[in-house]
Amino acid sequence: MEHKDIAINGDNAIAMAWKQIDPDVCAAYPITPQTIIVERFSDYVADGEVNTEFVCTESEHSALTVCISAAASGARTVTATASAGLAYMWEMLGIASGLRTPLTMAVANRALSAPINIHCDHGDAMASRDTGWMMIFAENVQEAYDNAIIAPKIAEHPDVQLPMMTCLDGFILTHAIERMTPLDSHAIKDFIGEYRPVHPLLDWKNPVTHGVMDGHDFYFEHRYQIAEAMTAALKVAEDVFEEFEKISGRRYDLVEEYMCKDADYVAVCLGSTFGTMKAAVDQLRKDGKKVGVIMPRLFRPLPSEKIAKAVSGKKGVAVLDKFLSPGSYAPMYEDVLASASSLDKMPKLFSYIYGLGGRDVKVDDLRSVFTDMIAGKAKKVNYLGVRL
Amino acid sequence: MVNVMPGGRVTEPGNALRFETGDWRSFRPILDREVCIDCMSCWMYCPDDSVIVKDGKIEGIRMTHCKGCGICAKVCPKHAITMVQE
Repeated sequence: MEHKDIAINGDNAIAMAWKQIDPDVCAAYPITPQTIIVERFSDYVADGEVNTEFVCTESEHSALTVCISAAASGARTVTATASAGLAYMWEMLGIASGLRTPLTMAVANRALSAPINIHCDHGDAMASRDTGWMMIFAENVQEAYDNAIIAPKIAEHPDVQLPMMTCLDGFILTHAIERMTPLDSHAIKDFIGEYRPVHPLLDWKNPVTHGVMDGHDFYFEHRYQIAEAMTAALKVAEDVFEEFEKISGRRYDLVEEYMCKDADYVAVCLGSTFGTMKAAVDQLRKDGKKVGVIMPRLFRPLPSEKIAKAVSGKKGVAVLDKFLSPGSYAPMYEDVLASASSLDKMPKLFSYIYGLGGRDVKVDDLRSVFTDMIAGKAKKVNYLGVRL
Repeated sequence: MVNVMPGGRVTEPGNALRFETGDWRSFRPILDREVCIDCMSCWMYCPDDSVIVKDGKIEGIRMTHCKGCGICAKVCPKHAITMVQE
């Protein structure tokens, strides 16, 4: 490897990955805790380190609109947002996936208002989970960087052609400096390869129209195709992970498991909590408790079969959501429940809602998830760390 | 699976010509050739491409595209077009 380990925060790591990818277009609007990504990347543009066309827009709605148009034209396109910015993009999220524009967006996960809060939870991503975007989550800065490199390769695959969010926990990963091993720029370029868009608007020798009226004649079929593309993306992602291992030495799976094989009780979580959970598992294992933790690296498409396999035969499964769905169950809890329903014998499933608005969740708190389950004290729905 | 281009892309230029859109009309225009003076007003004003012209003469209305909007009847200086309920 040409590069030595560096100390870097998650936002700068993503900007660095983009610099090495050298995308054609980036249109963005700043919002904490994402701002550093596009700020740093605009430095690279201004300094001539990349050939990217950088478009400063007046809003996130416009930013994504420019990105969709650029991607439809045949440009490899990136952007970033968070919280209210992602909410403001919401109308265009479905258009990006519906038009099958394979752009990549970093989402620095932050709580949605109100009351106003700039800190981390998964409210922004979870509120966008049904818009036809693929979603990959990072445990640490290294993964945030790696995901930014992996995402375009999955998104642009002809069998997929869907946009992808690379999610990283706001502040916990975006602003915290960690040790990271970057990849060689040539290796990244070889890995991603030249972008070969399918039916780009600027291919004037083969003129095409995008965004025509669909109506009741074809809309259903086009939505079904997105579902099919999501299924195809699971296989594509596995292949891309395998290829990525060859250039990085880092092995990723659709569903990451830690100490799960012989575990009686497991937890399922997303993002940086996976790391904290591993520490909780290590402590409990020292006390002889058979516990483990699972993280679906891809949240959309949901690796449902692998999740079912991972929770199969367990005495208890705690699903941790950094999101509260008022009036119903938390999204990942529902997903794991539905996945486990294909098993002959379903394990007991418990929903844990935690860390909303950046509420700190320590190893001790996470240990209690397991000790509660073991002691039979876990309820169907638990609010971890809320003051009552 | 029906052959549908992902994302609703149209990869064949101009194929809208073959797409018949006149299937939701409430009124249909009836042309009286005896009264028509071939002034081309209906042809110019038709918001679609529904007035059939051959050798400078109005031949009729292309019902596969006519939406029954009635503009042709309205602009005809000789009242040669009448709108009748479908």
